[in-house]
Amino acid sequence: MKAFEGLRFKRTSSFIHQLDPRVKFVLSCVVFILAIMFTELLPLTILLSVQLPLVYLAHVHKEWLSSLRSSLILATMIFLTNLIVGYVSSEFQLTSSVLTYSSSMTLRFVTLVASFSIFFLTTSPDDLGLALEQSHFPYEFAFAFTTAVRFVPVLANEAQMIIDAQKSRGLELEKGNFLKRIRNYLPILIPLIVNAIRRSLELAEAMESRAFGAKEHRTNLFALKIKMNDVLVLIVTLTILAFSIYIRLYVQIPIVEIPTFQIT
Amino acid sequence: MIKVENVSFTYPSGVNALKSVSIEISDGEFVAIMGENGAGKTTLVKQFNGLLKPGEGDVYVDGRNTRDLSVAELSKDVGLVFQNADHQLFCETVEDEIAFGLRNFGFSNRVNKKRVKWALTLLDLQEYRKISPFMLSGGERKRVALASVLAWKPRVIILDEPTVGQDQSQKERLLQFVRQLNTQGNTVILVTHDIEFVAECDPRVVLMSHGRIVADGPAKKILTNPKLIKKTSLILPQITQLFFKLADLGFPKDVISICEAKKLINDFVARRS
Repeated sequence: MKAFEGLRFKRTSSFIHQLDPRVKFVLSCVVFILAIMFTELLPLTILLSVQLPLVYLAHVHKEWLSSLRSSLILATMIFLTNLIVGYVSSEFQLTSSVLTYSSSMTLRFVTLVASFSIFFLTTSPDDLGLALEQSHFPYEFAFAFTTAVRFVPVLANEAQMIIDAQKSRGLELEKGNFLKRIRNYLPILIPLIVNAIRRSLELAEAMESRAFGAKEHRTNLFALKIKMNDVLVLIVTLTILAFSIYIRLYVQIPIVEIPTFQIT
Repeated sequence: MIKVENVSFTYPSGVNALKSVSIEISDGEFVAIMGENGAGKTTLVKQFNGLLKPGEGDVYVDGRNTRDLSVAELSKDVGLVFQNADHQLFCETVEDEIAFGLRNFGFSNRVNKKRVKWALTLLDLQEYRKISPFMLSGGERKRVALASVLAWKPRVIILDEPTVGQDQSQKERLLQFVRQLNTQGNTVILVTHDIEFVAECDPRVVLMSHGRIVADGPAKKILTNPKLIKKTSLILPQITQLFFKLADLGFPKDVISICEAKKLINDFVARRS
């Protein structure tokens, strides 16, 4: 359950927190596009380091680092897969370009995780729902999305209680071979799912008794407004995007390669 | 015997739930742990079966330090029944549910069958033997959860909020049942807010507040101390409240049981007439 820690909204006030969620989403998407656009080590490194000031501005470095840490396993897998495939396809030679390519693919993944982590850490589920709604998403979808996000910590908490209850009945999660270990999780998963379904029914009833869906057009207490800061960030982001596209198309990117040591 | 020595515990979230707590619970004792929400009651009992290990200090169960034992090893002696039965029921039948713990502890099939039958009878669940626990009512599910722990006969039985969501007649049955377990020599530990229930049980009462034990003694002494009771966000048992009001007439204030109250009033009426 630690894996979700890095995506859990942290309620503080900062420049980044106060930005319009739509602008932050554009920012994350631009980082996404740039990360896909470049395969070279140098621009990807720049892309990752550009995010560092944002993290410090938002005071979320602890959570951000923990989300990077939880992406470590997947990052290692991406690195190894690329390395092995490259190694095999270059006739069983560990060339410097294979190593560089694997590293940049891993860096690309880490960059993506980092940028979306910033987005989720600094955007409250309420704002997110509001942003979806004001971007003309159907309200039902926006609501389903925010509810799903909101219940992640509740579910994590409940999972811990279920684990405690089953351990108290002598369940040993770490015991047995691989298959047995998977089976060990059944006593955890079944109550978790059953309770989630039960809760969703209760939620539906509670919502209907508060007139959910009574009127076609729902009004909001709060509305998102684009402020000066939002415009500035948007302009900077789009300029960076345009500039990067120009570089991609017309400029030769200096190649930084990781040297390999020949073992004889 | 459970011995807690200067135990402090802080959750990873930074909540300091226990602050240098020390307590001893002997074999065969009947203890109620009470206190406001977040006082540290559940955190304390989770130390008894090793679900949580102390941050500082030590917990000993029969002389064995809980740090050296797994939850499974400790649970065999210390059975903990959680508040919400829905956090543990998952089998297809009530029978399987009760056998789950027994199988985990590696009892033989023959013993399993005997114990399941025993637990079903003990909690009056025979008729639901082949029914899915999810089809039962809340009170019945709670009984299944209780049966599933009692089945392996742990010597210490901890019940976390056993009276929540139970109607009055179920509470009375629970009361008798808990007493019976205790007279059979089991150590019984209740974690509860239900002061009326505790007053009827008349156990040793441990009051907790903000992660500390603020009082420890017989129910008659603790539950009739208005200062202590107020400190832990509880209110005096109704019988005690009545006798506080009757104090002007020469009644004692430390009354918690209905039987005692009846006797006192009878004597009073006899003296008057």
